[in-house]
Amino acid sequence: MYNQTPAVPVSKERAAYLQRQKRKKRGIRIVQISIVVVIVAMWELLANLGIIDSFIMSQPSRMVKTLMNLGDNGLLTHLGVTCMETLIGFLLGTGLGVGIAVLLWWSQTLSQIFEPFLVVLNALPKIALGPVFIVWVGAGMQAIIVMALAISLIVTVLEMLNGFLNTEEEMVKMVRTFGANRRQEFTTVVMPSNLHTLFHSMKVNIGLSLVGVIAGEFLVSKAGLGYLIVYGGQVFKLDLVMTSVVILAVVAALLYQSVVVAERLVTRKMSHSN
Amino acid sequence: MEDMLTVERISQTYQAENGELTALEEISFSVKEGEFVSIVGPSGCGKSTLLSIVAGMIRPTYGTVFLHGEPVTGISPSIGYMLQRDNLLEWRNIAQNAILGLEIRKQATPENIAYANSLLKAYGLWEFRDKYPSQLSGGMRQRAALIRTLAVKPEVFLLDEAFSALDYQTRLAVTDDVHRILKKEKKTTLMVTHDISESISMSDRVIVLSRRPAHIAKILKIDFADPDLTPLEKRKQHQFQDYFNTIWKELDVHV
Repeated sequence: MYNQTPAVPVSKERAAYLQRQKRKKRGIRIVQISIVVVIVAMWELLANLGIIDSFIMSQPSRMVKTLMNLGDNGLLTHLGVTCMETLIGFLLGTGLGVGIAVLLWWSQTLSQIFEPFLVVLNALPKIALGPVFIVWVGAGMQAIIVMALAISLIVTVLEMLNGFLNTEEEMVKMVRTFGANRRQEFTTVVMPSNLHTLFHSMKVNIGLSLVGVIAGEFLVSKAGLGYLIVYGGQVFKLDLVMTSVVILAVVAALLYQSVVVAERLVTRKMSHSN
Repeated sequence: MEDMLTVERISQTYQAENGELTALEEISFSVKEGEFVSIVGPSGCGKSTLLSIVAGMIRPTYGTVFLHGEPVTGISPSIGYMLQRDNLLEWRNIAQNAILGLEIRKQATPENIAYANSLLKAYGLWEFRDKYPSQLSGGMRQRAALIRTLAVKPEVFLLDEAFSALDYQTRLAVTDDVHRILKKEKKTTLMVTHDISESISMSDRVIVLSRRPAHIAKILKIDFADPDLTPLEKRKQHQFQDYFNTIWKELDVHV
């Protein structure tokens, strides 16, 4: 346990150390921001000077203009569609993935039977199945969600199953000595000690779902950021493409961050080591 | 006193892909009510397997375990089992950890919870009931684990190398502590250990197992002039060394 209460007088060395740490952190942040600022400024400047062609490269000021007209060009609706598809895919992928992992943990025979299939499915590029999904569920939002699901499902199953099976053996034996059945083993020891696995899996999944959704939208959709990017590319509206990509980056970061926040809330409630 | 626990001609053979392995051969002994019996043996001789069989967690190839004359066929509610580590759940506080066994057995009634609390009070953990395992010392954690097992009111206690995860000093203190509590609660105890000194200092009888396939090499009655000595005090008695030498010779240890 570290002493972080300021009530205790801090030694001079400690104060200097904390100061150094703070300065270093701030320095890194400043450099990060500068990189963004320099790139944006150079991009704008070079486009204005005509050194790079703003028609095919777009330009920050034009992207800002596109952003301002959110309402007119329907960016907001497209953004909403993509976010919804991603969330549905993410929830389905995580939920089904954990569910299947529980089943496979429950029965060793079942997991031995399915292991080779899981390995092959995991290695298979799921995007190759895109056309199949379209035929199966129709060219629309369903196909996109199935795509997101397909990309995140197998990874979740493998990761969660691995976590479940690696629960400390003595812990499981301990609850068994009290006569715990399989369900009690799971709820008292296996699941609580795998919360970190679950959150790790969710962090990976939120990104994978977004990949699945964009790939799906490239293939079929009439709406969504993926659709906008393809459409913008075809009609040479590079402002639209670039703006969409930037929004996509922001969305990805926000989704990831929300999982991080959820994890922090839950682990703070569950762990008391500090 | 009558025999509480009888182990009758237990043999255990493991089947593996590369052959058959006999771990235990014709093990028979019994434990009287309130008695503390230790099993010592060379590492890998199947001591822990024997304990798992007594607990009803493993079915022996041959033989039967009787508890109060009734054969043990599954995990028995009258048996309390303690493992090498305390295995306290980090996300539960001490009071919640203490009633884990009761919860699993669906016996978390107000009376039983009150009993668990009385144990926490009696053994100095009541002030720590809201603390989490990581905030407790190794000795206190072991005591909390003991209370978790005591709370389900087992008649027979099985200790499986229950102190081997502790450092030496803590281990001596915890041995005293656990011995005192088990004697006070009048529990019948069967302990497996590889530590000869530990077995002499805690038990009324020591069963020495041979190397694999393990059979009983010797059963040694431990008698100190004053039966109320604590394990630590017993270690200072002159008979202690004699017992140690006897067991050492039986174990026939080669490097």
